[in-house]
Amino acid sequence: MLEARGLGKDYQGRQVLQCIDLQICEGDVLCLIGPRGAGKTTLLRLLDLLEKPSGGELYFNGVNVTFSERLRLQVRRRMSFVLQKPIVFSGSVRDNIAYGLKWRGEASKLVRKKTEYILELVGIADYADREAKTLSGGEMQLVALARALVTEPEVLFLDEPTANLDPVSGAKIEAILARLIESRKMTIVMATHDMAQGQRLANRIGVLMSGRLLQIGSPVEIFCLPASKEIAEFVGVENILSGSVTEKNGGLATISVGEVTFEVVTSCNVGDLVWAIIRPEDITFARVKELSSARNVFQGKITRMATVGALVRVEVDCGFTLLGVLTKKSADDMGIEPGVDVYASFKASAVHIIKR
Amino acid sequence: MVELWHAFIKALELIASLDSEVMEITRRSLAISVTSCSITSLICVPLGSLIHFNRFPGKSVLINVIQTFYSFPTVVVGLFVFVLLSRTGPLGELGLLFTPVAIVVGQVLLIMPIMIGLTISALSGIDGSVVETAMSLGASRTQASILALKEARFAVLTAVIMCFGRAISEVGLSIMVGGNIKGFTRTLTTAISLESSKGDIELSLALGVILLTLALMVNLLIGWLQRR
Repeated sequence: MLEARGLGKDYQGRQVLQCIDLQICEGDVLCLIGPRGAGKTTLLRLLDLLEKPSGGELYFNGVNVTFSERLRLQVRRRMSFVLQKPIVFSGSVRDNIAYGLKWRGEASKLVRKKTEYILELVGIADYADREAKTLSGGEMQLVALARALVTEPEVLFLDEPTANLDPVSGAKIEAILARLIESRKMTIVMATHDMAQGQRLANRIGVLMSGRLLQIGSPVEIFCLPASKEIAEFVGVENILSGSVTEKNGGLATISVGEVTFEVVTSCNVGDLVWAIIRPEDITFARVKELSSARNVFQGKITRMATVGALVRVEVDCGFTLLGVLTKKSADDMGIEPGVDVYASFKASAVHIIKR
Repeated sequence: MVELWHAFIKALELIASLDSEVMEITRRSLAISVTSCSITSLICVPLGSLIHFNRFPGKSVLINVIQTFYSFPTVVVGLFVFVLLSRTGPLGELGLLFTPVAIVVGQVLLIMPIMIGLTISALSGIDGSVVETAMSLGASRTQASILALKEARFAVLTAVIMCFGRAISEVGLSIMVGGNIKGFTRTLTTAISLESSKGDIELSLALGVILLTLALMVNLLIGWLQRR
């Protein structure tokens, strides 16, 4: 539906985005994640046709909409964008919501009908007559969302929709979005730095770093099979070990990391330098060495523990440092505490290998 | 001092009795200034937003020049219009010199820079993302600019008041291109100037009081508009 080919943007000679190739299909919920300043907002602005790219082209349903002003306005009117900072116009909440429809020249009867409908849908009918400028930040964001939805956009763009909000308002916005995705198969492109939110809502995630789209795929792919060490670090993989392939036997390979070796499933060849990535959730702990299907078992000492909610994060020194998580209960049952010896094990298939 | 006090009482009497000459001058003054202020608003508010919303080379220089013209002496504008409209001037054919139209032309030229400049500052005063937000919701550039003007309406209204104030209170221009012709181009300010040099302090004072009252009324009107 929306396609970017080699999109780039310069601001006063500084390249903010380069060579973005991206396809957004109907019903896609694409989350753009990336650190601050990666170009997420700029990419959204280009896709929403608020700004012209310095390079590359943009297609909407196969039509090139990069250049013609007239076409750009036409296509922009089929999409909506909720900017990060919600701005309300003077007038009541109802007036605010009606703007998009009025600008599209809709009949006043229809404007009223659609406005009332969206007020109910977003759950802000109670303060429809209030002066919009007197609303709180969370309420303004809801108005901004309602204002964007009332025009029935084919693509909805959201820039950090919950970043500046308290948790309750944030959850409210997210619930509305989840409902729209569920019931209307709404096409959404959103930028967020809240990766959990990305995972909850998106069916595709794009990782944007210093102006480049480094990886795009399903949430599982991004979080479990990051394409590079930078992405792995960004998506919160904590065990990133540097090593090299020393043996290869079919799909199974042996990797040496410092003094220790372990077995992994990879297509890399002997001699390759690699990053071995193990998610903390994939590591199991035991006090005694037990028989299990896990090929990699290491004995080590607990060096550090931290309780996070109902979970305990442990750091184990087994020649190299491994980070793992346990539920608080199982940690207590096993008597795991700093200084205690444990066996940490993980499967060969739990290790994701990135070639360096 | 006593003399001045007597003159003031006399002036109030003139106003209270709706003296025909006083009323006639007041009406003309108002008509001329309202006309020039309206024409200027119609031209300069859109022009100001055009300058504000477009990027072009020399923009800041242009704005500086406009701001310099805020304090353009009325007599210099008067001189310019005089030369323009005098019989031998480029527009002399029209025979407009010493008519109310000439005063309007002069006043428009006088207050144009103020109206453009204050429109630009009014628009700079609003949050830049207003226009962005409007465009993201499907507004064309023109629709977004109109919304921005609406958001800045108090400041724009203030610009209009300032311009009206300058138009109704200037004297040099009205005398030079209007000629202070009784019953034709005589305005409040030109009348005050002439009558006081003739020694008719009462009439001058009466006209002065009216001038101030008008200013007060305009301010009250705008204040009322802004509260709505």
